[in-house]
Amino acid sequence: MSNLVIYSTKSGYKTHSPVWEIKRHWQAYLMLAVPVIYIIIFSYLPMLGVSIAFKDFSFRKGILSSPWVGWKHFKQFLGNPAFFQTILRNTIMISVYSFFANLVVPIILALALNEVVNKIFKKTVQMVTYIPYFISVTVMIGMLLQLLHPNVGLVNHIIKSLSGTAVDFMGRSSYFRHIYVWSGVWQSAGYNAIIYIASLTGIDQEVVEASIIDGANRVQRVMHVDIPTILPTITILMILSLGHIMNVGFEKIYLMQNPVNLEVSEVISTLVYKQGLQMAQMSYSTAVGLFNSVVNFMLLIITNGIARKISSTSLW
Amino acid sequence: MSDASYADELHGQGTNKARGKRIYNSYSDKAYMIFVNTFLIIALIVVVVPLLFVLASSFSSSDAVAAGRVFLWPVEPSLEGYKAVFRNDRLIRGFLNTIFYAVANIVLNLVMLLLAAYPLAKKDLKYKKYIVFLFSFTMFFSGGMIPSYLVIRSLGMIDTVWAMIIPSAMSIWNVIVTRTYFQSNIPYELFECASIDGCGDFIYLWKVVVPLSKPILAVMALFVGIGIWNSYFSALLYLQNYELYPLQLVLRDILILGDTGSMLLDVKDEMERQQLQQLLKYSTMVISSVPVMLIYPFVQKYFVKGVMVGSLKG
Repeated sequence: MSNLVIYSTKSGYKTHSPVWEIKRHWQAYLMLAVPVIYIIIFSYLPMLGVSIAFKDFSFRKGILSSPWVGWKHFKQFLGNPAFFQTILRNTIMISVYSFFANLVVPIILALALNEVVNKIFKKTVQMVTYIPYFISVTVMIGMLLQLLHPNVGLVNHIIKSLSGTAVDFMGRSSYFRHIYVWSGVWQSAGYNAIIYIASLTGIDQEVVEASIIDGANRVQRVMHVDIPTILPTITILMILSLGHIMNVGFEKIYLMQNPVNLEVSEVISTLVYKQGLQMAQMSYSTAVGLFNSVVNFMLLIITNGIARKISSTSLW
Repeated sequence: MSDASYADELHGQGTNKARGKRIYNSYSDKAYMIFVNTFLIIALIVVVVPLLFVLASSFSSSDAVAAGRVFLWPVEPSLEGYKAVFRNDRLIRGFLNTIFYAVANIVLNLVMLLLAAYPLAKKDLKYKKYIVFLFSFTMFFSGGMIPSYLVIRSLGMIDTVWAMIIPSAMSIWNVIVTRTYFQSNIPYELFECASIDGCGDFIYLWKVVVPLSKPILAVMALFVGIGIWNSYFSALLYLQNYELYPLQLVLRDILILGDTGSMLLDVKDEMERQQLQQLLKYSTMVISSVPVMLIYPFVQKYFVKGVMVGSLKG
């Protein structure tokens, strides 16, 4: 049936009316209806629900009939210096720190693996380094707590046997950021390196040969052949992660929080959860969340714009 | 001989050392290679040691674990820890719940994925660009935690299994990756050909597209399954009922909050209980990671491909 219609277009039927288009592809549009309705309910309805950031929401009245209060909730946290000095500062410091660590280490790992000639060694390193990616955050933090435990932890046993004194790593707020960031690197560097390794294998060997003949040593080849090859990949991944620079993942940091490190570990996502769901200040925490999303969205647009100006690589 | 090994040989790294082809291996190159290999060996040690330590501890006796005598090999091998794990009803319930959530999510995700990715990969669908925009916008902007919670709540899903299945039924990122796969791997002529024989989109999707895209569907199923297995956030938000808790939330109680509950009630001696509690944590970590590690060989074959497809610009 449908292909009869397809051929009739060529002989001059009205082809641009919406009804005609939908009739011709009714099965495809029917398929799309399910995901579209799903996305509207589970993604766009919450976006409308953001309006409670400008209301005094109460469960009794519901979203629609709660009274409007304008910028009250935004003023409440934006007018509070403590918000900038702790929450926002923690969020930005942790995410910028982990952004750079997670950018640099996988690249170094990929460049190093690319130099290895011994295939078995290369495969082993590659396979082993991305095992941790499959461990859940809960188990990962459980391991961390055990390994760094002041009395029974492996790390402190090693420190003690080297005649040092045990360090209570989780009990000192000054260690928190480093533990958070480097345990993240431990978990995902191998996995994140995959994509760079893949683009490095795409290097044209003739370019490598040419550079050898021109007398480039290994370091020079890395600088002038390898890195330029993976630069577009780096750019795309950088833009994508800059769009999330204010999102410090909730799952991990929430598990790592304890009363001692709260001054450096409280970030926007944990604040939203605690204020909204534990203290039932729905409107206030939605306002904080919205502020966060808007900043992220703007950062994404700005970085994408800059990337498009200075290089040919961008998201859109 | 391939290009790659030719380049290596040119640089003296080839196997044929006897013929004296080491023309160019300068000192800086040698120093650099030493640096590279040292870095990789350190990386290997840093990753492997904690994993082996956990594994070795889980098979040791509680005395040895508490005294810190375990390093990379079990000391006084025993299965005490594992026995205690299997005495714990909550952990077993969590296991079963998570298996159910993972299977349900995989099935639902694959259905939604096909329904969304296939039409969007069709060349001649006129309005698809609006729908693509509708979908991809949600990757960059979202309502956030509280409004999503309110929507789930108003749908009456709080504290039901639905809260663990429906809200995670679709991932836009997966849709875009799969769509790219369809566009580049399934020739459009195939559809023209089938449609001349009177085949509509539904039949074509089921009889042609699905069989042709098994690798990508396998990758997606693994992505979804591992994601569900390892996450605890939606359960923390939407569930209060202990009976419905997924594995990771039970693990959080045991590993992070140190609440071993009924597992150790029969152990009377306080000292012994504390020792066993340490051991128990290691066995729990191992047991809960086993399922994901078992599919790891399959995963690692397909995952790399999946990550590669994902790297293509949508």
